[in-house]
Amino acid sequence: MVNVDPQPLLQMRGIVKEFPGARALDGVDLEVLPGEVHCLLGQNGAGKSTLIKILAGAHQPTDGTVLVDGQPVTITTPVAALSLGIATMYQELDVVGGLTVAENIYLGHELATAGVQRRREARQRTRELLRRLGHAELSPNREVGTLSAAAQQVVSMARALSHDARVIIMDEPSAVLDSDEVQNLFRVVRELTAAGVAIVYISHRMEEIRAIGDRITVLKDGRTVAANLPVAETPTADLIRLMTGRSVEYAFPAAPPADPAAPVVLDVTDLALRGTFRDVSFQVRAGEIVGLAGLVGSGRSEILETIYGARKASAGTVTVGDTRLRAGSVGAAVKAGIGLAPEERKSQGLLLDEPVYRNITLSTFGRFANGGLLNEKAERDAAQEQAESLDLRPTGVDRAIRTLSGGNQQKAMLARWLVHGCRVLLLDEPTRGVDVGARAEIYALVRRLADSGAAVVVVSSEIPEVLGLADRVLVVSEGRVVHTGPTDQIDEHAVLDMVMEGSAA
Amino acid sequence: MSHQTAAAPPAPNEQARVEKQAAVKSRYSFGGAGTRNIGLIIALVVLFVIGYATSGTRFASLDNLTVIVSTASIIGVLSIGMTFVITAGGIDLSVGSVLGLASVWATTLATQTMAGQYGWIVMVGCALLVGVGAGLINGVLIAYGKVVAFIATLAMLVAARGLAELIAQRRTQLVNVDSFNSTFKGDLLGVPKIVWIFALVAVAGWFLLNRTTFGRRTVAVGGNPEAARLAGIPVKRHTMMLYALAGLAAGIAAVMMLARTGAGSSTNGQLYELDAIAAVVVGGTLLVGGRGTIVGTVLGVLIFATLTNLFVQNNLDSSVQSVAKGAIIIAAVLLQQRFVSRGRAG
Repeated sequence: MVNVDPQPLLQMRGIVKEFPGARALDGVDLEVLPGEVHCLLGQNGAGKSTLIKILAGAHQPTDGTVLVDGQPVTITTPVAALSLGIATMYQELDVVGGLTVAENIYLGHELATAGVQRRREARQRTRELLRRLGHAELSPNREVGTLSAAAQQVVSMARALSHDARVIIMDEPSAVLDSDEVQNLFRVVRELTAAGVAIVYISHRMEEIRAIGDRITVLKDGRTVAANLPVAETPTADLIRLMTGRSVEYAFPAAPPADPAAPVVLDVTDLALRGTFRDVSFQVRAGEIVGLAGLVGSGRSEILETIYGARKASAGTVTVGDTRLRAGSVGAAVKAGIGLAPEERKSQGLLLDEPVYRNITLSTFGRFANGGLLNEKAERDAAQEQAESLDLRPTGVDRAIRTLSGGNQQKAMLARWLVHGCRVLLLDEPTRGVDVGARAEIYALVRRLADSGAAVVVVSSEIPEVLGLADRVLVVSEGRVVHTGPTDQIDEHAVLDMVMEGSAA
Repeated sequence: MSHQTAAAPPAPNEQARVEKQAAVKSRYSFGGAGTRNIGLIIALVVLFVIGYATSGTRFASLDNLTVIVSTASIIGVLSIGMTFVITAGGIDLSVGSVLGLASVWATTLATQTMAGQYGWIVMVGCALLVGVGAGLINGVLIAYGKVVAFIATLAMLVAARGLAELIAQRRTQLVNVDSFNSTFKGDLLGVPKIVWIFALVAVAGWFLLNRTTFGRRTVAVGGNPEAARLAGIPVKRHTMMLYALAGLAAGIAAVMMLARTGAGSSTNGQLYELDAIAAVVVGGTLLVGGRGTIVGTVLGVLIFATLTNLFVQNNLDSSVQSVAKGAIIIAAVLLQQRFVSRGRAG
């Protein structure tokens, strides 16, 4: 009360971050006061993760300044960030499973005298930290790998506290917690802020932001679109409008009118995967594109992978045409004519050092072969034909696929299933890592595939992409389908509302 | 629309030139089997020059060259099998022990008595079955039991050697089946028969790896098992078959061992697995999987055999030879890593 206008603890001004071929941040401003919970809002791809990594010293900004206590600083390494008092709790738990709780908390800043660890002191301090976090029941000697996700989160938080941090960045800390644990998290956050620590809090859950946040900064397409909005006085509708107003133009191909007489190609009935999603039922007709919209962790990607047999369904059936698929068998799915373009193209889809044509024929080289003998000429010809029809650049199919851009690698994935001639195409984040120009091409290509009679299912965390590309949308939240309907009867705000409200439980 | 103007493709000529350059670059940095093999051939030539300089015609005689190649043959066959396993991202430590076990099993009194009646095929069939059987056990444990390859095959290394000792009761079992000796001992067209076997296995291995769906699957499984699985390749079944293949190679090597030494013994093939792994890695097959070369493996085997011969010809301590071998392995792997990182960067 004495200090009405305190000096900001942390300021970021005009932060720009360029990656080869993409500008992840394009002028971000952020101002964090001591003792406040500053919420960072933005859709996937808005630049939140990049911003966090810059603060944590994992990335260097291309331009802009970071000030701590009003002094410009450069954060070159994670250690530098910690010594400035900035600690980060990542969304992905970053604990070492084989080490004990105490060892994890003091990892990288071990308490030691001449290289010999002061283990008793580390255990004692760990006990204090855990008590402060309301988890005195955790033993400092427990191996972290044996703990639940929520308890691992507590360890991660204790580690941030052990650095005497002045700013703690929490990236979706509630994602792995149940509601009791979330209340406990809030209690700890309030204690920390009362002691003058600032929290940068990232969450999609409006309810949490209302419960604990002080001010909000909204990011969109790598820019700050609104800064320092008071939580108490800003309606949710305004926030959603700020998050969704677009500067990137999407160019979607026109969809032909739906043909109710087209045969059902894919029939998913009561599909479930234990602990992830349940009661998922939908049909896709030939020529139709169905989109799945939902947050990360809602189960949308798992639904695709289960249909494909890459995960074994705990209940329900998948039928392609007249063929009912054996659960958990990718071979059966591919044979029945399903193709999957996975979310992580490089780690799940491609043989990066192999030539383009071999990547295109990875599912079909056996079909070209004659009694086990490869027919590389036929493979190359078929790959070349698809490469030309998809306008794959550069044009040669003999180069290693590693040398292609993200968009062209994605085209090669689609070419794989075109050569296969599949009837059902499952696309998980088809435009991730694809630049804006190539996106329009991918969209047109997907529509062309549907027009040629394929049934297409698209998962995307970008809601406009789902709505623009698909004929029908299924909104997925917390492992359930909460809405099904034509995409021309619902807008981005309504979908975002559903996924955020549904996740507030 | 503005982005399209910005990203306008270069003029056709320019584009063609850029693409050609990229293609040339990619040929040398990725599919660079040719350049790597040239390096190995140079190393081999250097060893020959040293051999000629230090031992003269004693080294360069046809007889001695025959000795070098026949020394290389048995390890060579093991190395061909090992190339497949390593290309798929695995490892098989048990091949030397399995060789020993197969050599013992094929020379028991019972087997040899049957072979006396029905011919050498009984002994060969027995050796190959033992090899494939041991390999299948490895494969099932690794592919379906999810045991780490290193551990599963280490267990097989110990167990197969023990079983061989039990069967042979630590005695040397002489081969006294005439049809076996007349079929596999001696020369054909002036070249030892075991060298012919090595050559046949090498050619078959090259064909299998480079020209068949089996080989393509092997490279895919080693390059990215998840991508292979999601493309519909039966990764588990294929992994199992690869270890069976390595076991088959060990069985063939056992037959060659019997032909060369004339006896089955539980000590046959000791530490051969390490020589085979060394030859494969020096040959340029990536230990992390995804790239394998049979030609490189053959050259790797020949380099080590020549090195051994050089030391023998000059009456040098075999301990020094071991140090030299170690240095060659490290040098080859360091070169390989530079190669990989350069390829990835481009």
